[in-house]
Amino acid sequence: MLSRIAESLFWIGRYVERADDTARILDVHTQRLVEDPWIDERRACANLLGLMGHPSADGAADTERVLATLAFDRSSPSSIVGALSAARENARGAREVLSAEIWESLNVTHNALPQQRTMARRYGPHSLFRFVRERSAMVFGLADATMSRDESWLFLILGRSLERVDMTARMLSTRVLAGDAAPSWTLVLRSTGAYEPYLRTYRGAVNSSRAAEFLLLDRLFPRSVFAALEQAEACLAELERANVREGHRIGVAGEAHRIVGRARTMLEFMQTDEILASLPVRLDELQRTCSLASEAVTSRFFTEQAPQIWVPESVG
Amino acid sequence: MADLFDGYPLGQQWDEMFAAPGRPRAPYTGLFSSLQPMSGEELAARADVLSQTYRDAGVTFAHAGEEQPFPLDIVPRVIGHEEWAVIERGVAQRVLALEAFLADVYGAGEVFTDRVVPRSVVTTSAHFHRAAHGLVPPNGVRVHVSGIDLVRDEAGDFRVLEDNLRSPSGVSYVITNRAAMSQVLPELFGDHRVQPVADYPSRLLAALKASAPSGVGDPTVVLLTPGVYNSAYFEHALLARQMGVELVEGRDLVCSGGQVSMRTTTGQQRVDVIYRRIDDDFLDPVHFRSDSVIGCAGVLNAARAGRVTIANAVGNGVADDKLLYTWVPDLIRYYLAEEPVLQNAETHRLDEPGTVEWVLANLDQLVLKPVDGSGGKGIVIGPRADERTLAELGVKVRAAPRDWIAQKPIGLSTSPTLINGRIAPRHVDLRPFAVHDGSDVWVLPGGLTRVALPEGELVVNSSQGGGSKDTWVISPPRPAEAAPEHDVTRIEFTTADLPVEPPAQDPGPPNDNALAQSQQQQQGAMLANMAAPEGAPC
Repeated sequence: MLSRIAESLFWIGRYVERADDTARILDVHTQRLVEDPWIDERRACANLLGLMGHPSADGAADTERVLATLAFDRSSPSSIVGALSAARENARGAREVLSAEIWESLNVTHNALPQQRTMARRYGPHSLFRFVRERSAMVFGLADATMSRDESWLFLILGRSLERVDMTARMLSTRVLAGDAAPSWTLVLRSTGAYEPYLRTYRGAVNSSRAAEFLLLDRLFPRSVFAALEQAEACLAELERANVREGHRIGVAGEAHRIVGRARTMLEFMQTDEILASLPVRLDELQRTCSLASEAVTSRFFTEQAPQIWVPESVG
Repeated sequence: MADLFDGYPLGQQWDEMFAAPGRPRAPYTGLFSSLQPMSGEELAARADVLSQTYRDAGVTFAHAGEEQPFPLDIVPRVIGHEEWAVIERGVAQRVLALEAFLADVYGAGEVFTDRVVPRSVVTTSAHFHRAAHGLVPPNGVRVHVSGIDLVRDEAGDFRVLEDNLRSPSGVSYVITNRAAMSQVLPELFGDHRVQPVADYPSRLLAALKASAPSGVGDPTVVLLTPGVYNSAYFEHALLARQMGVELVEGRDLVCSGGQVSMRTTTGQQRVDVIYRRIDDDFLDPVHFRSDSVIGCAGVLNAARAGRVTIANAVGNGVADDKLLYTWVPDLIRYYLAEEPVLQNAETHRLDEPGTVEWVLANLDQLVLKPVDGSGGKGIVIGPRADERTLAELGVKVRAAPRDWIAQKPIGLSTSPTLINGRIAPRHVDLRPFAVHDGSDVWVLPGGLTRVALPEGELVVNSSQGGGSKDTWVISPPRPAEAAPEHDVTRIEFTTADLPVEPPAQDPGPPNDNALAQSQQQQQGAMLANMAAPEGAPC
């Protein structure tokens, strides 16, 4: 398939997943501000912004600023609105491979954003977060139901998986790094959609090392870092299959596969105690892994030459 | 502009919000100032969103076999922390006294030999089960969960109306009310510091685990429900989900060799604690109603053998009987050597011929309650009843005085409630929930405020079509201690543990190559020109 299309699909996967995860995180964050009587709002907001990659210079922030930056900023692909618009832009350029339903779903989402924004102003942001979660589920659900499992599917899911690794790692960081302004583990689990699965798995009160383990290492919960890495790896292996057949007998065929595989084996074979003891470094590593893997995927599959300007030869 | 509370009538009763017209009580000042600028329509629009939220989430109550969304009023009820401290102490005290009483009833019976309570009160109760005699629960707890119904009288004091020690329902609405309110009206919470209610399920689970038979390392807890047609099924499902335990029906359980197990895809799995939401009568066909198809045969014998814990314990009904209620203040003095923190409502027992005659003569000024009724069934409010009802009541009371108690009507307090786009006073009560884990009685800060929606209605009960309010307990200025984290394996780091600042998110490729974009647009323009009618100037 065309590199350009592949790249669009990869980024649709990333952007939609990012919007979904950000909505979950913000939903829990705003609810926490309302429900927790002892919270220090300014610090909690500053921490959240910092860990999402938007540190505030003066170390103080309020909910207004958090929402403006992470929910409504059109120009930034890190905000919900920005990510969904970017996903839609990418889809616009790849309409011939996307099913009409997926395109329409993304387009409707994009078109409804201004109205959702007004609603959020009037009735509180919860309705927006809920809308975004539902629309993301719809996009991936339609993809699941209507896309052939060919390269286009693999790129979409690869993008989603890498983004998931990054976002879950960031969410874990908000807990382990924020000290006494940190959300409780219950909230961290809730904001990754993992609370009920966790309760059913461990049948008991939330315990911090188990919760960290669950979000980092669980094989069966689809939003755990491990499960997402495993899925990304499977996509990469499938994409490189042809190359392997053609005689790569040592190692893996692509750099991205190597990076993702190494991170996955680190989680799988390192002792759990050891991982938990160095959690901040591991989480930071995982976030960087995602960036590196994303770059490697780009240079392996999407390399596009910069537009060339033809200079007429001067007639000597 | 007419403000929301204009023309809000204050009656003889205590009003929860207002001390005088336009003058809110101290805990309500914040709420008053955030509500006042809203218009009735605005509030009504929010109320629609609120009830839509409940319909979507399936927060329902089955009333007369029909599933209905549980009505949640949009104006919260606020309780100051000093006031709450009294309730907390009073409820815990009552639970401990009743706990001691139950241990006595199904054990030595000293309370009878000391002539505090006549033995006949217990033996004539429909809820006294000989089968429970001598059955000592592993950690001594029989009342794992209780709901003590309170009302506020004309003087503003809380009084106990009723104890519920069997399977009090309603706690799920406390949890969902808070979640819905914080989603739909986040600005109301404003600067309030409201004590959270979301940790109820984990508290309950801890208490249930603590009551497991001794020697069980990691006990398996299940919640036993009568089934999806039960009026409180929503609550059973919510609690099971939030505790992460299996929600079982009687047919999922099997008891053999004195051991209760549940049928799973991987064979039978041992069950250690059953939090049952089934009445005693239906729990075990071996001992109680043999026609019960929703219970589990043999479960009581297993409990007696110490292989499983039933929570709440069998036979608790003797202690929340409305007749025994009249002795609870005496029980508190007898067992705890303390004065009751919360008073009963003024109540008369119909155990002496003189009292019976006096009650019969004053039926039209008293509230008559059947002692084994629940859910407001059978209550006759004298001042509001017609001649015929009173005459019929007189016959019934004369025939079986033991079945009735008489109370002086209490003017229940009122609370501002949204009715047809306007704020009007409606009567409310309060059911705080207490969880007893063997070492401590924990009272959920808030509890369920039920509101009687028809004007002037005094019976406030969800099975009689009442609504509810989110109940806020303002937290004390500073927490007494840091919020307890029940675990010893905390992992804490600071940003200092990081080599560098957290990385920014990947931005994605630019998709606005300005040059290409403008050229693409020109292509479009040319197409448009070509499509123009022939002969037109280009």
